[in-house]
Amino acid sequence: MLRAISAAAVLVLAGVGVAWAAVHGEEPEKYPFSFESPVGSYDMAAVQRGFQVYNQVCANCHSMNHLAYRHLGEEGGPFALYMVQNEETHQPEPHVGRPEHGGEFVEVTDNPYVRAIAQSHMITDIDPNSGQPTDRPGRISDRFRRPFPNEIAARASNGGAAPPDLSVITHARHGGAPYVRSLLMGYDGQTRGTLHHNPYFPGGWLAMAPPLADGAVPYADTETPQTVEQYATDVATFLQWAADPHMEARKRLGIVVLAFLLALSGLLYLAYKQVWRGESH
Amino acid sequence: MSGPSTYEPKSGITRWLDRRLPILRLTHDSFVAYPTPRNLNYWWTFGAMLSLCLIVQIVTGIVLAMHYVPHIDMAFASVQRIDRDVPFGWLIQNIHSVGASMFFLAVYIHMFRGLYYGSYKAPRELLWILGCIIYLLMVATGFLGYTLPWGQMSFWGATVITNLLGALPLVGESIKNWLMGGFSVDQPTINRFFSLHYLLPFVIAGVVALHVWALHEAGQNNPVGVDVKSKADTVPFTPHATIKDLFATTLFVILFAVFVFYMPDALGHADNFIPANPLQTPPEIVPEWYLLPFYAILRAFDFNIGPIDSKLAGVLAMFASIGVLFILPWLDTSRVRSMRYRPIARQFFVIFVVVCVFLGWCGGQNPGNILLKAGQFTATLSWVAEGQLSERSIEAPTAAQWQETADAAEAEARSQGADMTAVTRTGETTGTIRVVTGGNPELQTVEASTPDLLEEHIAEMKAEVGQAAPFYTVVRSLPPRFTVTNFSQVLTLYYFLFFLVILPILGLRERPDRVPDTIAKPIAQGAP
Repeated sequence: MLRAISAAAVLVLAGVGVAWAAVHGEEPEKYPFSFESPVGSYDMAAVQRGFQVYNQVCANCHSMNHLAYRHLGEEGGPFALYMVQNEETHQPEPHVGRPEHGGEFVEVTDNPYVRAIAQSHMITDIDPNSGQPTDRPGRISDRFRRPFPNEIAARASNGGAAPPDLSVITHARHGGAPYVRSLLMGYDGQTRGTLHHNPYFPGGWLAMAPPLADGAVPYADTETPQTVEQYATDVATFLQWAADPHMEARKRLGIVVLAFLLALSGLLYLAYKQVWRGESH
Repeated sequence: MSGPSTYEPKSGITRWLDRRLPILRLTHDSFVAYPTPRNLNYWWTFGAMLSLCLIVQIVTGIVLAMHYVPHIDMAFASVQRIDRDVPFGWLIQNIHSVGASMFFLAVYIHMFRGLYYGSYKAPRELLWILGCIIYLLMVATGFLGYTLPWGQMSFWGATVITNLLGALPLVGESIKNWLMGGFSVDQPTINRFFSLHYLLPFVIAGVVALHVWALHEAGQNNPVGVDVKSKADTVPFTPHATIKDLFATTLFVILFAVFVFYMPDALGHADNFIPANPLQTPPEIVPEWYLLPFYAILRAFDFNIGPIDSKLAGVLAMFASIGVLFILPWLDTSRVRSMRYRPIARQFFVIFVVVCVFLGWCGGQNPGNILLKAGQFTATLSWVAEGQLSERSIEAPTAAQWQETADAAEAEARSQGADMTAVTRTGETTGTIRVVTGGNPELQTVEASTPDLLEEHIAEMKAEVGQAAPFYTVVRSLPPRFTVTNFSQVLTLYYFLFFLVILPILGLRERPDRVPDTIAKPIAQGAP
């Protein structure tokens, strides 16, 4: 009887697999992101470039309300600053991103890179003297600048479809970062009214026009190709970091916790054997 | 707490305390000297894990409540703040959300253990019922907690569940509005859900105390299901059971940690990372995995039963599926506790476990998904291309004679050489008949794997032919199919049959294997 049940189960699962593919978008293209394995960490250079892509392209329409500029420079962030001893001069030198060995973390309040990023954005605030709305340069404690003052404005400027907030977008979409990457690369040029065709989007048609073009974002690092594929990969990496900024700390702590628990369970097993020795059970 | 207390206070302080508040004596008798059957296997270690889960959920929950904001505009952001800015907030939040799943995983194994070894039978009926109450409270707490992050799935889950209660006759609407604190899920809902989510775990802790009390009064059941007869059958709880529980619980915590540190979101749904939007229904609304079997039972009822409409029937069945557990001690008529000695019942039990797993699977699927079908869904479109189209109005003398008049008009048109006719009714007695004469009759068949796709293909075909054909005759062929809903219906039927028919009848008719006289005996003989 059990054999019959398992055979029926296999049949059922096979049938469902076929039905599933029709409703959802195309399966995202696989990409070996550095953060995917249980010990994988972020490629911080890619996160930095991805932030540049977000800042120059995505941020024109998409907010990231849950992120503040200071997050960029906190430990585990793409612009975290460390002082590293130069091996020849023995002088401390600044190093952006976690160095391979050692290095002393510089608090984000003293991080000139993050301060510069914040100051390059104009934030709408209340003037402390007049009480009137005014624009001022950003501070590191500010949330990422919102492209639209509210959702109605966002909708009105985008043909009725408000661009979603990107703070946790890789968690909020089936397929995660590979989906974001595939979507950004997946436009095939077909349009229907204001809609654009993209096989990776559930339903196939979305309001967002192809946002990236080859060479659109000039990377300071000239060795990295300035192609849509590279931009999409970098921005997907950045968005994954934004959704899960403590991933590296989490995985590091996980190893310690699991090692401890495994050792503990080994000891407890021995203790259990000792206690029950001579007891029939 | 069988037998007199063996506690002897050793120091002056403990003697002093023992005369006034014998709490150390209670602890000693309950968790140290307490005799446990010596043949308990690892399925008996889940009680310890469940205690751990409850403590972990309460402790992490209290910390989370210090940072969480129960407000429709701020709840989602406050959870984000906990994950990003609160020191180790990501860890606490992950432990709490994964902890809910681990809690249910352990409780399901604990319950299946009770089912298999007949732990609900006399004298443990109340112990079992208290357990069912704990489970019911856990379901409520889990559901309430899932709404608090105020994502899309939180909001729509809350909407679906509160609306279900509205299906109850007479009181349903009042209960629904009382739960929601208004006429829709809104600010009053999140406030009261937060309050109740904070309250219920302490109620659970209280019932757990009763559960443990009842356990220690009746004594533990054991894999052979015979009562403890002598001291040879037991070992003291500490250190024997304590160390075994500790070891097994550590393994459980390893699994827990793997989820917390490496797959914290694997058990959740992506849509709950989208802030709640009352104006946009997500493509699929599903509860957390541990409630999926009941969700499948709810949705299995897509038909009315006499005066009971399908929605109410589903709600009643869903509650009945948990309610039936409460009367299980009186449904199972077998005098043998352990299914180890009930060869037939054991097979039905295995099927029952498989059915529960598949019910869970069905709960997560789109109910219309087709699992098996007799053939492809096809439709034949016929039309006449490039014919002469004429149109005239027809009128019947009375509404009753409409069909007659229409048929007559069509017959007349055909006798005059029409290739195709169509009648559209525009009023009670009036309509138009459209006739195509001449041209080439054409035929096209479209094929699809689901009825929805078939309709899409038909529409596409019509668009393709376009103005060339004024109208079409469509003949659809929809072979019988077996959907997720049908599968859930079969599984639901078995679920209830198992409790209401199989267990009561089997207990009277089955010839059990020989049950050992004592716990110690099969151990001495080296039997499994």
